[in-house]
Amino acid sequence: MAKRAAIVGTGQTFHKSHRPDVNGQELINEAVSRALLDANLTMKDIDAIIIGNMDHFEGINYVDCWSVDGSGGTMKPVMKITTGGTTGCTIAIGGYHLVASGMFDKVLIVGWEKNSESDTSGAITTAFDPIWDRLVFAGAISGLAAEAQAYIARYGATDRDGARVSVRDRKHALNNPHAQLRKEVSLEEVLASPMLADPIHLLDVCPRTDGACAVIMASEDSAEKITKTPDWIWGTGNRHPYAYLGDADYGRLTSMERTAKEIFKKAGIKEPRKEINVIELYQPYSFAGIIWIEDMGIVPPGKGAEYIWSGATDMGGELPINPSGGVISCNPIGATGLIRCAEAAMQVMGKAEGRQVPDVNHAVSTGFGGCWWTDMILHGKKKPNY
Amino acid sequence: MSNVFKGVEPLVVKSKISVPYHWWAGETASAFFIKLRDEQKISGTWCAACKKLFLPPRKTCPLCFSAQIEWKTVQPVGTVTAFTVVRRQLAAMPRKAPVIYAMIKIDGTETGLLHILDEVKPGDVKIGMRVEAKFAEVRKATIFDIEYFRPAR
Repeated sequence: MAKRAAIVGTGQTFHKSHRPDVNGQELINEAVSRALLDANLTMKDIDAIIIGNMDHFEGINYVDCWSVDGSGGTMKPVMKITTGGTTGCTIAIGGYHLVASGMFDKVLIVGWEKNSESDTSGAITTAFDPIWDRLVFAGAISGLAAEAQAYIARYGATDRDGARVSVRDRKHALNNPHAQLRKEVSLEEVLASPMLADPIHLLDVCPRTDGACAVIMASEDSAEKITKTPDWIWGTGNRHPYAYLGDADYGRLTSMERTAKEIFKKAGIKEPRKEINVIELYQPYSFAGIIWIEDMGIVPPGKGAEYIWSGATDMGGELPINPSGGVISCNPIGATGLIRCAEAAMQVMGKAEGRQVPDVNHAVSTGFGGCWWTDMILHGKKKPNY
Repeated sequence: MSNVFKGVEPLVVKSKISVPYHWWAGETASAFFIKLRDEQKISGTWCAACKKLFLPPRKTCPLCFSAQIEWKTVQPVGTVTAFTVVRRQLAAMPRKAPVIYAMIKIDGTETGLLHILDEVKPGDVKIGMRVEAKFAEVRKATIFDIEYFRPAR
């Protein structure tokens, strides 16, 4: 009964800091309409819907039902999945499970967030344990800053290295009309921007965004009838470390290491650096662009900065990372992971327009969540042989 | 920013609800906080199978899921494994910025305890630095019964 599954269409909003012109359902509708148009399907073709966001950002706790005017889900099977920062990636994995199980042929996946509607830092704090962590800790940035400090102490990186990643992603965003922030910055500008939490400057981190993304997955029974260039899902995975902020090995993203190893083993990928052609990394701040590619196995521990400085991850380089401009340019949280997935799919399908990387055989998209958990998807041009 | 509103009359509905929470600390955390409040002692849970001591304590071993755990008291001294200096004030922060957040690995334990450093200048904090707990004068059975950590004397 198990089926191979592929992405056959994607759609996104033009992401902005505020969308005062639309409500949540209307925002969702924009992404869904574009995905249906991209796949040349209608709502009648959709067998089930998975939707996700982070409840506390909008304070609406029945989004699966509330969103049907936007998602087209009236009297269809709709499920909501929410996993904090990784939500967008987890809903893609959930959609894959539905299709790959053989239970549903065509599944619509929707991630969205209107971060302008509440206190983002306050709502993000709900992703930490109330008894042990939340009294002491607030917001999202300080945990990331602690990771960067630990990495710097271990491997001797500098804030210039981090800034180089930010310069890359912000430059890439110029090619993406959907990105929120589209302004090139220099290394000096990143380093001169206000210090938020040492060593993270304002221009090292993501903004908050209103936006939505939709992806349509189909089984091998119909994928190639819908599009000549389906984006086949080669593997998905996720790992959680244990429960509290202090449990992580600061300076290493162990959940990424474990997830990547599992997926690459399954797909027979032995040299990820050479076999993967593009990565859409859920990278909420610059240093993650150095640290987490080491955990993914692209380069050995401590070699991330050197690889970034070589230009290998820039457009035109050996392994471009975040052609979309990444999370630093745009972060509607419940959509963010799904945007990574959609952008990776567009690269495989040859639909990435001004940000297209040539000849993409394999792409990777990831999701990241506050207390150091990871989701990951391996995409491919060919149908997997398993 | 302002062009976002061009041509739009942004009608907004303001929330009239607030949803206050209270969380029961639970059996394991309560045992820890009562000992901290009454005896000024820090304790963790030991998994005999994994031979690891966990702080914060847990009802089951997070690695092997064994419920055969044993409480052990540790000395209130440890090492900074990660830190940051938060420069911007957020409403939910427990004190005025700049605040030094640190992960502190208490001697003999497997995992870090998140807390605040004080009696040290932000520029002088180093990973690997030895620190000790300063217990609060008035204790209410929360993590702030340790008022903060400071350089070990």
